[in-house]
Amino acid sequence: MSARNARTGQGSAPLTPAERRLASDPRITADWTTRQTAETNLRALVGRAYPRVRGMFREPSWLFFEIFLPFLGTSAYVLVYRALKAPEDYVGFVVLGGALSAFWLNVVWSMAGQLYWEKSQGNLELYFAAPMSLMSVLLGMAAGGLAMSSTRAAAVLVISALVYGVQFQILQWWLVAVVFVLTLTALYGLGMMMASLFLLWGREAWHLTNVMVEPVYFVSGLNFPVGRLGAVGMAAIATIPFAVGLDAMRQLAFPHSVLLAGTPPPEVEALILVVMTVVFTAAARWCMATIERMARSRGSLSIRWQ
Amino acid sequence: MTSATGGAHSLPLAIEVVGLRRVYDVKPKAVVALDGVDLEVAPGEFFGLLGPNGAGKTTLIKILTTLLLPSAGSARIFGFDVATETRRIRRIMNMVAGGEQSGYGILTVREQLWMFSQFYGLGTREGWARVDALIEAVGMGDQRLQRVSTLSTGQRQKMNMARGLLNDPWILFLDEPTLGLDVSAARGIRELVLAWKAAIPGRTVLLTTHYMAEADELCERIAIVDRGRILAIGTPAELKRRVQRDSIFRLEVDRLDGGPAALARLPGVVSAALASDTAPDAQDVTVNLVLREDAALGGVVTALAGVGSQIRSLGKSEPTLEDVFVKLVGRGLADNGDDDAPMPPSEADEDVAAAHAQAHDPETGG
Repeated sequence: MSARNARTGQGSAPLTPAERRLASDPRITADWTTRQTAETNLRALVGRAYPRVRGMFREPSWLFFEIFLPFLGTSAYVLVYRALKAPEDYVGFVVLGGALSAFWLNVVWSMAGQLYWEKSQGNLELYFAAPMSLMSVLLGMAAGGLAMSSTRAAAVLVISALVYGVQFQILQWWLVAVVFVLTLTALYGLGMMMASLFLLWGREAWHLTNVMVEPVYFVSGLNFPVGRLGAVGMAAIATIPFAVGLDAMRQLAFPHSVLLAGTPPPEVEALILVVMTVVFTAAARWCMATIERMARSRGSLSIRWQ
Repeated sequence: MTSATGGAHSLPLAIEVVGLRRVYDVKPKAVVALDGVDLEVAPGEFFGLLGPNGAGKTTLIKILTTLLLPSAGSARIFGFDVATETRRIRRIMNMVAGGEQSGYGILTVREQLWMFSQFYGLGTREGWARVDALIEAVGMGDQRLQRVSTLSTGQRQKMNMARGLLNDPWILFLDEPTLGLDVSAARGIRELVLAWKAAIPGRTVLLTTHYMAEADELCERIAIVDRGRILAIGTPAELKRRVQRDSIFRLEVDRLDGGPAALARLPGVVSAALASDTAPDAQDVTVNLVLREDAALGGVVTALAGVGSQIRSLGKSEPTLEDVFVKLVGRGLADNGDDDAPMPPSEADEDVAAAHAQAHDPETGG
């Protein structure tokens, strides 16, 4: 095993992180530079994303559950709309909703409830006790989950479009890209915030997770234009990133559809997503700091073995 | 305050605790887990905390590892305050608990350790190299590519030990590290910790354990803790000298109505406690007796005959840490007390929700 290093870094070249770790005085080991702190947080992000990405390749059964089953769900609505002879635009709305719902499910199941699960596994204490920011862990979870969700979303989109012959009429590709990225940042910002809150609420987290799926699907207009819900739809656009992101994407993918009237234009919805990203990310940081303070004060949030 | 141990220059005390108090605000009434603890551990020391469940050992470790705030008093790790300098402390310490199930079952041992190395900021290649070295050090070369979910309890604990050493900590907190392990696996863990500590001066270990023999073997000094207070501190030899003037007997009977407490009430009996090394499936009852003088033994034998207990064996023994413990605490570790650890609120009945959550998590891997 390694030996301690007599260098102090004073009056000579600055110590590398490895030299600092093996310094001959704990006060030197503990004295990190801003760069070392930032690098550690970045490494922690990659480290936490690693099990998710590894899991994707190690257990490919998820391909069936994450692609085939959602495709069936989407197909059911497509067939119903066609049986009712609804306008063909509805098929496109359903396909787009089915694809984007992958990200919402990932946020709810693999982010919001995740810290609570980490606690029950005994991981959370180790996260708290490590010298990284807990935000890195949350971002790592998001990044890892994003890989799986993106695959599911792309597969559902492509397969459904091919099978049901959906014609997207995108005129502003750059805006589609911007809205998509902003939707993800707002969604995962909300996910990080919810992870802290779910941890705080303990057992109720499970019920909250359920509440966050079907009701949110409904008010966000997963399978129909959210504008049809009137004031409820507008409230959803103002508060739920999935609702506003989905509506903006639909408007950009089907710019000539009259069925999408009644909601703000995509440019405005992009701005709403920017605000949501800032608010949710800041709230997540605040919640995480508060949760840690409460955990240390009450001894009730992270302690598993006592 | 500083202290020099084994190094060329002086280092701050590894642990400095003054008037530490921790109260859990639980219903129906608050539980005092630590009640004015004072403690100093020098750099490079192997220090043990010995006490029954609910003594406050784990609470003390939680505070020292920055996971819990004290209600009053102060605690410092190598000069850093646990309440205000948490980041600095987390950069120089690590912790391992017995029965720990941390990590993700879907990863291999090597991958799991590398993931944790990233949390401590080790470079990517440096992390892999360190992981490989530690896997060899803990004797898990054959399991390095095995999934964590398939490891035995002993293998898992070895892996946890490797995790605890990833960042070359200045201070390592071990909370019952050999809990539930068989004799061979426990010995392996003890040898590993001793070898790691001996390799570099200044490495400090704080160990909590139920096992007297383990504390005796590993620790340079031991604090005996009960009901949130430190009852005695000293080297194992110093502690044993406290009972050297007493007469110590090991008594085996077929049954003992009223338990050891019935014997403890007899004249001349300092303490009587169930032996902690009694096998769980043993038919007979083994009791460690501490008497003021040998003559008190007659009263014990008469009393046992009076309640119909048959003596299987009776022998005089040298003082052990267990005798010291029983004399100070008033009962043995094997005795059931009313001192279950204070559980924080909202910990009960989490399993159902956790199981649901786990069912949706791709990382658990069975």
